[in-house]
Amino acid sequence: MCLAVPMKLVELRDESLGVADLDGSRHEVDLSLIAEPRLGDYVIVHAGFAIEKLERREADERLAMFEELAGAIGDP
Amino acid sequence: MKYIDGFRNPAAAEALRRQIAGLGEALGREAAVMEVCGSHTMAIGRYGIRDLLPANVRLISGPGCPVCVTEAGYIDAAIALARRGVILATFGDMMAVPGSASSLSDCRGDGCRIEICYSPAAALKLALGKPGNEVVFLAIGFETTIAPVVSLVDGALRHKAKNLSLLTAFKRIPPALAALLADPEIRIDAFLCPAHVSAVIGAAAYEPFSGRGGVPCVIAGFEPLDILLGIRGVLDQLLRGAAEVDNQYSRVVRPKGNPKAREQIDRFLEPVDAAWRGIGTIPASGYSLREPYAVYDAAKKFAIPVESGTTNPACICGDVIKGKRSPADCALFAESCTPDHAIGPCMVSAEGTCAAYYKYSRVAS
Amino acid sequence: MKESTIRLAHGGGGGLSRQLIETEIIPRFGEGPLRQLPDAAVLPPTDGAMVFTTDSFVVQPLDFPGGNIGDLAVHGTVNDIAACGGVPLWLSMGLILEEGLSLETLRRALDAVKSAAEACGVVVVTGDTKVVGSGQCDGMYINTSGIGRRLNGYELSTDRIGEGDYVLVSGPIGDHGMAVLSVRKGIEIAGGPLSDSAPVHRLVQSAGAWAKAVHFMRDPTRGGLAAVLNEAVEGRALDIELTENDIPVSPGTRAVAEMLGLDPLHSASEGRIVAVCAAHAAVRVLSAWRELPEGRTATGIGLVRSGEGRVIMRTLTGGKRLVDVPRGELLPRIC
Repeated sequence: MCLAVPMKLVELRDESLGVADLDGSRHEVDLSLIAEPRLGDYVIVHAGFAIEKLERREADERLAMFEELAGAIGDP
Repeated sequence: MKYIDGFRNPAAAEALRRQIAGLGEALGREAAVMEVCGSHTMAIGRYGIRDLLPANVRLISGPGCPVCVTEAGYIDAAIALARRGVILATFGDMMAVPGSASSLSDCRGDGCRIEICYSPAAALKLALGKPGNEVVFLAIGFETTIAPVVSLVDGALRHKAKNLSLLTAFKRIPPALAALLADPEIRIDAFLCPAHVSAVIGAAAYEPFSGRGGVPCVIAGFEPLDILLGIRGVLDQLLRGAAEVDNQYSRVVRPKGNPKAREQIDRFLEPVDAAWRGIGTIPASGYSLREPYAVYDAAKKFAIPVESGTTNPACICGDVIKGKRSPADCALFAESCTPDHAIGPCMVSAEGTCAAYYKYSRVAS
Repeated sequence: MKESTIRLAHGGGGGLSRQLIETEIIPRFGEGPLRQLPDAAVLPPTDGAMVFTTDSFVVQPLDFPGGNIGDLAVHGTVNDIAACGGVPLWLSMGLILEEGLSLETLRRALDAVKSAAEACGVVVVTGDTKVVGSGQCDGMYINTSGIGRRLNGYELSTDRIGEGDYVLVSGPIGDHGMAVLSVRKGIEIAGGPLSDSAPVHRLVQSAGAWAKAVHFMRDPTRGGLAAVLNEAVEGRALDIELTENDIPVSPGTRAVAEMLGLDPLHSASEGRIVAVCAAHAAVRVLSAWRELPEGRTATGIGLVRSGEGRVIMRTLTGGKRLVDVPRGELLPRIC
């Protein structure tokens, strides 16, 4: 029920409004539900609101794990 | 789109498929895994995840589709408001949901003014731009959506907008899980817990459903690899005889969730009993605007009663969302009930179980 | 012209009408049959069978990333002719203008029709202008009808589609639908995809040597690729099997689709061609298309197998799912 995509914060307009980017497509995003948003943060955007930050280290670790799994398989 | 594509890696999916096959075989017996959230239902359909699972692992769709569990009477009330000249602002998901007699789409055809919003912020903009009109936002959703929507009240206060109000039908996930576990007619061996509701309420919110007498609760993201990881986590627990809360979406979900979002919710809303279409009333499973904000409650402002409404007696959406029966069991499925002419909300909602089934797997592969 | 907006009198047939035609239509389209403003264009006979089509354009907003209603009105009709194996020659242009439409907007649209027509090598030979009251149409509607001549060799029919045929697409799909949606009021996504509004008739001509082997062609407009492919096998004992990984989608279209919860397969393209052709000719048709800039990324996306009239896709992660006909409007969702 909660379509949300990870987008990068590319602009901070004021303490509760910013612009988030996904591969060049940009939309205004409400930041009032996030603590201390920073430029360059990845946020999970649902209905035009950032509902959480993406923990990049964890995300990158997970991606690395998938790469490893994939490597063990080769081309399926 | 590294943080999207990386979670759709085909080779990793194959690796996980093999691991799950092994675990499924080791388990032997059937595992009924309820994926609560409509977004999981859609993703499972979209990627054909069922094809990748062993025969003894059964995915059951749960009631996590806020559109599906919204009563027909809510749509009737919205239409009644529109007929009085109110401008309705709504998410696109609500447009084709059947009320007792018609849908919002039908009503728009009759001249009612309905604005489709990607974000609730658009509704505030609309109200501020049309001070002579009343704007009512159709405030449905689970915890992920509730926090953004209730910011509308914040915005209305700050801008002193007197012409904006909310027709609320918010629902809470944990009470629904409790009700499902307590239903003797439903067999649930594990929950695949929602990704973004969990981001708001926190992993700890599922503790009551784990432990002795409970079931494994695995929180999983919506990308296909997330879902496969989630299923792997469930099978692993079932093999160990465990019933733990396992957060497999830790890149977004924190143990205590998002405190700011929860503060926002608590500030404006209080828990109330709520009626879930097809299920009935679940105690404390909804939210209503607190008394100081009653002026933003459209039902009170316009004295519009929100009743249950009437539904087609042959419609088994209630059983489908409880996971008791599948769309294929419904006499109306794909015959008189299709996405073009939906009888129940499960068929018309973007992530309704019947819609996902119809769209992705209607004919056995 | 003194006025800066369109008035009812501009469609009335009197002085103001005449003025509109003289200042806006003749300078742009006055070469050729339109010069003397006859009631009808007299055209030479075509070499071979004629192809005739009509289409009306009611896009909102009138200007969108990558194009406007004017070039869409040319490309849409040119492409319908092309998809039937025709070479487009002549267009009619019927304008329905809303009272209050800004002249600047009209000029932008007419300039776009002119450039698109020139680039396509077609001539606007006749037309009509009407004005309706404020609120009676959305700014501007355009109808274009087109005549072309049939190319030798193309015999296109869903009946000719058979087991073993290949499904080809001339470029990334769904750009137009997402481009227009992204700028809709209430959505307002910036930096999204550009519409793919473009002519495809040169692609069709380029594959002329292999025409006999092409069984079916369409430009995937409303309803997108999903609608076209379902139509191709409806009622036949055939399935189309697509491979998700092979379907080209531009990054901008993917991003908007992800943000709004939509399927690019349901989104319109206005400058692409989908073809179903005999296996032996697939590589040749693709090579011919790839020689042209508009076909540079043409690729195969699936196969025709025996089946039950379905379109099935092998997903990125190895499962299979049905690609159904899209239902209703493309609406952004949060669920």
